[in-house]
Amino acid sequence: MFSGFMVNAWIVATMVAVVAGIIGFFTVLRGSAFVAHAVPQAGFAGAAGASLIGVSTLAGLGTFAAISALSIGFLGKRGRHDAVTALTLVFMLGLGALFLSWSEEYASAIYALLFGEVLGVSSNQVLATAALGVVCIAAVVILYRPLLLTSVVPEMAEARGVRTHRMELCFLVVVALVTTMSVPVVGALLMFSLMVGAPGAARSFTDKPLSALSLSVGISVAIVWTAIAASYETDWPVGFFVGVLGAVFFIAGRGWVAWRRSAAGRVDSTGHLATGPMQLATATGMNGEPT
Amino acid sequence: MTDTSRPGVRDEEILSLEGVSLWLSGREILHDVAFSLRAGELTGLIGSNGAGKTTIFRVILGLETPSAGKVLFAGHPRQRRSKSIGYVPQSIGLDPDVPLRARDLVALGLDGDRFGIPLPSRSRRQLVDEVLEAVDAQGFADARVGKLSGGELQRTLIAHALIAKPRLLLLDEPLASLDIRSEQEVVGLLAKIAKAHAIAVLISAHEMNPLLPVMDRVVYVASGRAASGPTEEVVREDVLSALYGHHVDVLHVHDRILVVAGKDETHHTELERTRTVVPRGLG
Ligand SMILES: Nc1ncnc2c1ncn2[C@@H]1O[C@H](COP(=O)(O)OP(=O)(O)O)[C@@H](O)[C@H]1O
Ligand SMILES: [Mg+2]
Repeated sequence: MFSGFMVNAWIVATMVAVVAGIIGFFTVLRGSAFVAHAVPQAGFAGAAGASLIGVSTLAGLGTFAAISALSIGFLGKRGRHDAVTALTLVFMLGLGALFLSWSEEYASAIYALLFGEVLGVSSNQVLATAALGVVCIAAVVILYRPLLLTSVVPEMAEARGVRTHRMELCFLVVVALVTTMSVPVVGALLMFSLMVGAPGAARSFTDKPLSALSLSVGISVAIVWTAIAASYETDWPVGFFVGVLGAVFFIAGRGWVAWRRSAAGRVDSTGHLATGPMQLATATGMNGEPT
Repeated sequence: MTDTSRPGVRDEEILSLEGVSLWLSGREILHDVAFSLRAGELTGLIGSNGAGKTTIFRVILGLETPSAGKVLFAGHPRQRRSKSIGYVPQSIGLDPDVPLRARDLVALGLDGDRFGIPLPSRSRRQLVDEVLEAVDAQGFADARVGKLSGGELQRTLIAHALIAKPRLLLLDEPLASLDIRSEQEVVGLLAKIAKAHAIAVLISAHEMNPLLPVMDRVVYVASGRAASGPTEEVVREDVLSALYGHHVDVLHVHDRILVVAGKDETHHTELERTRTVVPRGLG
């Protein structure tokens, strides 16, 4: 399990897991999970198109990921960008389907782009993934505070002169970069589940932003390692395990929150019962709106 | 924040708007608005929904550029990037699950615009603790922001704005979703802050009564026009009738002021939101 071609698999998958855990933290924080779904799909279409005309799939992937990320950023400038994201997603899926229909002989390669090819990574890919990974991590380390600020209190950030839209564009570019490095390894669909499952679970376990970020990385790595080992043992697709484990961690996180809340509720209930109804009476009885 | 690095001169003019008009999408949203704010003073920006309060804040913050008139900050045309103005918006639409404690949110007010991950530092932590203490938030400093009550969140946001040592603090409807007790706490806190740090504080509200005990001046807004000055000089029948463009009654009931439209008034609904009929009778 740790010999020969498997070594590359472990290394690359670990790098992808670390980066997905970090970027995913901000993806979830900014409510951009949908974007993290659309951009890898666009990357998939780009890679399919590139292999069709015989250029590097990585280039096609990166180009399409960047184009889709930036169009989401620019078209969705005002407020919520979910409609624009949906449109990008549908458009890119359509394009991917078209390229797919033109190139039946690449079916297995296409399958790998969707579900990943962890067990067949080349040494060249290790280097490319590492380089892109370093760029992504550096970008997030530099932008950590402004990203946090603009995610949580965008209006207050804007008021003090932080360019929130510029920050959003930076973030989307990083998502495109992460996509480019990860899709060839874990595939478009799994990329998405890593970027949302792990950070979504992590935030349930801690109140501190940096701890949540670290935990997100830890969970992401744990998911990927377990998935590879399980896939190696069972011969089932890695993707299946990544998806299932992501959901398992997320649900465990929710369970933990619910359990803590009920535990806290039992302690609190005696103290708070007396003040509750009285406050209600003051609020409605004396502050009533005139008719 | 017991020390004030910028002592600030009381009564020093911090901000002034001169003849500010603003057109947006072909409509005149603000018309010839003029007022000034002084250090150490708390000013109420009073008006019903849609009167133009939030727009005035956006003009002060430089997020909207006036079609006419001037905005002067400490005597100079204001610059866009400025930490000298603290702003607490009407609602921040917080995700309840965000992994952030009250103290983290306050710390972001200090250096949230800087690059890099902050290293743990004692002086930074001390500063955060001081500001938390100043807004009486030590009790929930380590609670997740999504779990705070309306009043607690309001105080945390005030601390977030305050830690950057602003000279002007803008609060958009900070009392809108608070019960009476938190309302009084927040109002008292803001009055204390204005005096202690010699900050000019501008608070918008659609109801002026909660602010009456602490308000040094009022800017009364109706349909994009404003009248400003000491409360007793502005909240008068002649001034407000001129502002609204039709007769209004100003009634003093106990310690409260009710602004009521005249009998045969067509603009009745707009005024209704500005008055309160039932006195609170808390003391
Ligand atoms: N960007 C905009 N374009 C057009 N009209 C606007 C814009 N922003 C605000 N308005 C209008 O300006 C008026 C004042 O709005 P606002 O300042 O939000 O009022 P308030 O905060 O007092 O409730 C409203 O009628 C609103 O519809
Ligand atoms: Mg408003």
